[in-house]
Amino acid sequence: MAEDAATVQTLTMTKALTEGLAAAMEADDKVLLMGEDIGPLGGVFRVTEGLQKRFGAHRVLDTPLAESGIVGTAIGLAMRGYRPVCEIQFDGFIFPGFDQITTQLAKLTARHEGALQLPIVIRVPYGGHIGAVEHHQESPEAYFAHTPGLRLVSPATPHDAYWMIQEAIASPDPVMFFEPKSRYWPKGEVDFSDPGAPLHASRVVRVGTDITVVGHGAIVSMLLDAAALAEEEGTSIEVVDLRSLSPIDYAPLLESVRRTGRLVVAQEAPGSVSIGSEIAATVTEQAFYSLEAPVLRVSGYDTPFPPAKLEGAYLPDVDRILHAVDRALAY
Amino acid sequence: MSYTADTLQLLAPDGQRVASDATEQYLPYVDALGDDQLREFHRVMSVMRRFDIEAGNLQRQGQLALWVPSIGQEAAQAGSGFAAKAQDHLFPAYREHTVGYIRGLDPVRIIAMLRGQTHGGWVPEETGNFHLYTLVIGSQALHATGYAMGVAFDGKVGTGDPDVDTAVMVYFGDGATSQGDVNEAYVFAQSYQTPQVFFLQNNHWAISVPVRVQSRTPLFHRARGFGIESVQIDGNDVLASYAVTAANLDAARSGKGPRFIEALTYRIGAHTTSDDPSKYRDEEQFRYWQERDPISRFETYLRAQGEGDAFFASVAEEAEDVAADARARTLALEPPAAASMFAHVYSEAHPVMDAQREWLAQYEASFEGEA
Repeated sequence: MAEDAATVQTLTMTKALTEGLAAAMEADDKVLLMGEDIGPLGGVFRVTEGLQKRFGAHRVLDTPLAESGIVGTAIGLAMRGYRPVCEIQFDGFIFPGFDQITTQLAKLTARHEGALQLPIVIRVPYGGHIGAVEHHQESPEAYFAHTPGLRLVSPATPHDAYWMIQEAIASPDPVMFFEPKSRYWPKGEVDFSDPGAPLHASRVVRVGTDITVVGHGAIVSMLLDAAALAEEEGTSIEVVDLRSLSPIDYAPLLESVRRTGRLVVAQEAPGSVSIGSEIAATVTEQAFYSLEAPVLRVSGYDTPFPPAKLEGAYLPDVDRILHAVDRALAY
Repeated sequence: MSYTADTLQLLAPDGQRVASDATEQYLPYVDALGDDQLREFHRVMSVMRRFDIEAGNLQRQGQLALWVPSIGQEAAQAGSGFAAKAQDHLFPAYREHTVGYIRGLDPVRIIAMLRGQTHGGWVPEETGNFHLYTLVIGSQALHATGYAMGVAFDGKVGTGDPDVDTAVMVYFGDGATSQGDVNEAYVFAQSYQTPQVFFLQNNHWAISVPVRVQSRTPLFHRARGFGIESVQIDGNDVLASYAVTAANLDAARSGKGPRFIEALTYRIGAHTTSDDPSKYRDEEQFRYWQERDPISRFETYLRAQGEGDAFFASVAEEAEDVAADARARTLALEPPAAASMFAHVYSEAHPVMDAQREWLAQYEASFEGEA
């Protein structure tokens, strides 16, 4: 298929996000960006680079250094008709804003019995593999997936990042937008003409027949690497990119598991009471008679995220994913 | 804590007008009030006190999960509430029943919330921009500040058009001043120069904890540390509450940035119906404030102005009617349908809500026909 050069570009995820944010701001002048260091600096990951110059300081706000203040004032702005996009600088720094997110943002639409919409996006760079100091490598998504009233998504590719940030901003509900930091810099093709899938759809990204593996964010590329290696040894792995963590789109996953009979769930976050736990429970409940093996989880350990020199031991890698695949196939 | 030399007062506890250099700038606001408006101040305070007593009785009779009494704080609320213009937005904590009433809120909506019918109860656009109560202490301060940022971004500040320029007022208590959110609201307000008034009702108690535990510094001084101009008023003086709030809202609307008012008042009742003030309250302090009651003070003033018995009798009669009506309508409130809990968690269709609503319906239907 011949690609239209004008509509397909190869970008990093950070630049895809920059383009996505710019497109949303062009489309709707109520879209505001708020966060720490997002103005002249362009954010610590440069996702908002150039946007303050392009759209003005009244639409790209360098806020005081206070996460609860950022989320709380975003709620007030949304009540006034704005569509704020808040940047939390790092995963581990979201907790000062946790109260406003969980007790206010998540509940205000219900409390107003539908008379108020809060179209707020909270961008959260998350995850490890970047060798950073404490509080800079965490995966706190399960806290928010546990909170009714929030939507959660996490793109795994520059293409999805470009489209999903725009769809998240267009959503009338609050969306937690988890950006996998370790995937910020690898480049990928972005098709500017076609989003490919709706915001809350999961997607089979590699077809296989022996076993299904599923994950979200940074780990999707690792699942694809694992599938490529396994193929050399004669094992056919189907890979599902979850994309949306709340709600979870189970249909493609269940269809896959009913074919393969086996499922491994992979994530960077600790395994207990996590996205992976929820998927294991739901798949067991809904595809019980198709399963040839228990659903296995590959995850971070149930410890605080360790010092960076230990992250290789803590975080799932291709070997641990394949180890789980072997165990599942051994049943 | 009692009145200090800094406490701005226009009406002394004995009902006499007070004048000083400090009151000078506020007098035009009082002078502009007609007799009808003064009578309205008294009517609203009296009706809402009677309503408050009735709601407390309803709780004691098992009709409400909780009641939050506001007795003693009527002047702080009536004065500030009447000072706001139609286009202004008011963000209450959860004790501002009189403010809501002034803005057009049916107070039975408050009862419905505290009866356990709803977590909200009203739509701010339909109740004079009186926003929902917030039970997480101080959270609403940031919403108000964000709203005021939006007002400023919309250019509805400092145009000089009295029908366009808009202010936001947030209510909170002395306990809330210790919350991070309230302090972050001060920071954002001064940073973005929001058209906003912080209205602190210092009623001396955060449930059982006295205000001296929250601060050794007068709370209106603390605002100045954030660069926010502030004033302390006698919150039981409805004229001071009205005039000082009106002046500060005018300043906010005209683009002079955020302002802060500390209204010294006293929570005559309990924190809520779950509380027992006899375990912690200082009786001498309680008597001090009982003698400074906001309604009897204003009645003395109105009588001195020539208001007669007929007016006060008619207000008392209306208060009884409002209380009886509130009781009747409370008893008639039916519990909401179970499925309503799924209705507005999200604005757009959501597969989990759909599935769980359906499951509940089938589960309930499974009992049909059982004895």
